Amino acid sequence: MTEELHDVRLSVNGNTHEIRVPARRLLSDALRHDLKLTGTHVGCEHGVCGACTILVDGNPMRSCLMFAVSAEGSEITTVEGLTNPDGSLGHVQQAFLECHGLQCGFCTPGFLTTITAGLRENPTPTHEEARDMIAGNLCRCTGYQNIVKAVERAAELGFETDASAPSSTTGSAS
Amino acid sequence: MTTKLMGQKVQRVEDQRFLRGLGRYVDDVAVEQDVLHAAVLRSPHAHARIVDIDVEAVLDIEGVHAVFTWDDLASCTPQMAEPLPLLIPHPALTHGRTQYALAKDEVNYVGEAIAFVVAEDRYIAEDAVGRIRVDYEFLPPVVGIDAARAAKTLVHDDVPGNVGARMEQNVGDAPAAIAKAPHRLELDLTIERSACMPMEGRGTVARWDPDLNRLQLWTSTQTSTGVRAAVAVKLGLDLGQVDVITPDVGGGFGVKINHPWPEELLVPMAARVLGRTVKFTEDRREHFISSAHERGQVQHIEVGFDDDGRLLGLNVEFWHDHGAYTPYGLIVPIITSTQLLGPYKPHNYRVVFESLYTNTVIVTPYRGAGRPQGCYAMERTMDAIAAYLGKDRAEVRAVNFIQPDEFPYDQGLIFQDGRELEYDSGDYPAMLEKTKALVGWDEFPAFKAEMAAQGRRVGIGLACYVEGTGVGPYEGAHVHIETSGKVKVATGLTTQGQGHATVFAQLVADELGVKFEDVEVVTGDTRRMPYAVGTFASRAAVMSGSAIHLAAKRAKEKVLKIAAEALEASEDDLEIVDGVVSVKGSPGTSIDLGTVSVLSNPLRYAFDEASKAATQFSVGDPGKPPVAEDDEPGLEGKDFYSPERATFASGMHAVIVETDPETAEITILKYAVVHDCGHLINPMIVEGQIHGGVAQGVGGALYERMAYDESGQLLNASFMDFLMPYVTEVPDGIDIDHLETPSPLNPLGIKGAGEAGVIPSAAVFAAAIEDAEGLTIKAMPISPSELYALRLENS
Repeated sequence: MTEELHDVRLSVNGNTHEIRVPARRLLSDALRHDLKLTGTHVGCEHGVCGACTILVDGNPMRSCLMFAVSAEGSEITTVEGLTNPDGSLGHVQQAFLECHGLQCGFCTPGFLTTITAGLRENPTPTHEEARDMIAGNLCRCTGYQNIVKAVERAAELGFETDASAPSSTTGSAS
Repeated sequence: MTTKLMGQKVQRVEDQRFLRGLGRYVDDVAVEQDVLHAAVLRSPHAHARIVDIDVEAVLDIEGVHAVFTWDDLASCTPQMAEPLPLLIPHPALTHGRTQYALAKDEVNYVGEAIAFVVAEDRYIAEDAVGRIRVDYEFLPPVVGIDAARAAKTLVHDDVPGNVGARMEQNVGDAPAAIAKAPHRLELDLTIERSACMPMEGRGTVARWDPDLNRLQLWTSTQTSTGVRAAVAVKLGLDLGQVDVITPDVGGGFGVKINHPWPEELLVPMAARVLGRTVKFTEDRREHFISSAHERGQVQHIEVGFDDDGRLLGLNVEFWHDHGAYTPYGLIVPIITSTQLLGPYKPHNYRVVFESLYTNTVIVTPYRGAGRPQGCYAMERTMDAIAAYLGKDRAEVRAVNFIQPDEFPYDQGLIFQDGRELEYDSGDYPAMLEKTKALVGWDEFPAFKAEMAAQGRRVGIGLACYVEGTGVGPYEGAHVHIETSGKVKVATGLTTQGQGHATVFAQLVADELGVKFEDVEVVTGDTRRMPYAVGTFASRAAVMSGSAIHLAAKRAKEKVLKIAAEALEASEDDLEIVDGVVSVKGSPGTSIDLGTVSVLSNPLRYAFDEASKAATQFSVGDPGKPPVAEDDEPGLEGKDFYSPERATFASGMHAVIVETDPETAEITILKYAVVHDCGHLINPMIVEGQIHGGVAQGVGGALYERMAYDESGQLLNASFMDFLMPYVTEVPDGIDIDHLETPSPLNPLGIKGAGEAGVIPSAAVFAAAIEDAEGLTIKAMPISPSELYALRLENS
């Protein structure tokens, strides 16, 4: 019994990777184990917890619900790609640091990607909208209190960044 | 002197790697290498005899390297084929039972490990698991406390009545006091199962190094030293041949204190047999059905009291569901039975519990560890007394408080650590006043009337607890000042998100007078600190914090001794600021810590400028040995902290809820916490712990339960069906106030804070919903449909 393998070209955080994987290989496993990008975490393997959320062409997607072969041709951003090109923390990451928005850190990458996409769509969320933005991700440590604060702080930082450097693209580091 | 960092909201150092996706959790370990992956065949039946296991079909799957069943274990070592250890024996645990690493002859819960497959990747390993054929002879399962007590069928043939343990403690004569009391009440309460559910499940990686004849094990645990000892014994290795490294851990909440899990033995066994690095990563369904649960109890309470609501006698019986096996002994029910008393004086107390077997997942501590059940029993009783007497619920509590001048207060019981249950400090009346002010207790009746006028139902609840934290036996710490001036700190207990690398660095920076960013803390690595206990019972800050403080003090003593000699000054005249030792008032006369470190270690060989200064030929008194008789080379400090007994933190929670008159939906309007953990090292981190505890408490009170059917199948073993709170379920804002009554038992005056947030949840929500609805709540958690049914019953 030998599994058929497929050549897949994945574009992740601006870099192109070529891997050879079975059709059933999950994108989350391909990112973690084939590309060694272990920042994307797997919390439930059934799309509920959101820990494995990545950006596919800018949209938040659960990488445990996608096959690696189906990601060919898409631009993927993982948590590793949220850091600024100069190595400093992106504004969502910075906001989490300032607001104590994480404890064990396991769910954090999924929140960071989700919020990055959320703030691109709505850069100035109200308090209710900030809560809604993270309502699809589970965290067992923080009780979400400081994550909501981090969304609001990230919006402020994003605003400051945009004001000082209008051409900067928020959160992507391609 | 620079500002003290103790008590400051210092940002966490560990966040830098977590935020960049550079954390190293157990499934990230060895990702660069060619590793083999394991999967486990788990029992699909709650109770069955294993007639035959056929692994033939597995062996010809390409990519499968090995399959193990119980029959293969003895060929590793005889002790691998023995049952797993019963970690905490107790005289009352007369019928303790533990499972095998792989089931022998019988399975006792859905999820019990039967076979272990190692393959090229997890996909192939799972394919193989699916091809193993097991013939079972079905046995009737025992599910739930009622069935366990009825004992029509037995979980273990040789455990009569399904009773693993019966334990009783008495202070005074409660039954007699109740019989004589002016007023008496009886309560029957239940609380259901829940579980820790860390976002990262269990996982283990092992590598056998044939060159060093040594095992390296990474595991997602709350006790690396415990795992190390167990693995060494089971695999027949010397302790010195086993290194256990706890990488970043994606949450624990108690479940990872139990050890060794079957996989923590099977992975290193396979790694040694196969000569390859082997990894096991638990998936979410496996976590539901093979990692531990907690909480489930049935309670019967009899109480006698006077006209003021003062307790005269309290007689509590409860039945604790410990699942199929008892690897962690009686810790959970013992804590329930002792911590039940909270901040109160019962005067006469009798408590008796039975710890019962069922054909379900094992029960070991989950954040709170039996305290939420005890708090629920006590606080429901307080509310019942107040309702009976028509008194304010806060007043009834206040008349029963231990008073500030009564500390240390001995409850007359034996606690979980085998020591007296003696509270060290606290101020419960002051805490109650703060809580009432924070939630608006006295203003609430007016608010309730105002809401009622609009057709809305609101209720308020209050619950108080005392938590024995920082239990022994000990923790240790090692502080090493390197020649760069950087300080490397190691303590043996583990970290699962508490920010130890930050708070412990704060303590070292304060004590040593070094820059915070020059301190690096390592936890849970047996190579760096082989003597340690673990992270549980809200003990890390108290135990390792104290040990680190003491170790830093020792290092500082040595710094001052060497610096005094070098600067030709008296030690008393020296101060250390930002890593520089100088003579007070004479800042020009100084030496930096790196140089002191160089001087502390006479060398023979020079490899850089600093070491040149330290060769034995260039420093010291040529008339004396290079290392004095009472000294040793290097600038290090090591110490252990071992307290007489636990230190007792306390807290009070109050919540205002609204219940929908039509749908019975329960909404949280306000949540208030007053908390006393002595001096706070980092208030930001303490409050984060409270936030997380409250959220878990909300889950446990309103949403989470383990839905077993009568055949012992867990029906909701996924995040789709087990309802953990999202942000939409937690209060929008938690009001927190602190009280600081320092502990006299440790040098920092601190008490534990990790579990506090979750302890009073079931009690406080039951009270608030009861107040809103005018119904008696006896079972938690409560869902809208259950509240709706309760309304119908009472209408």
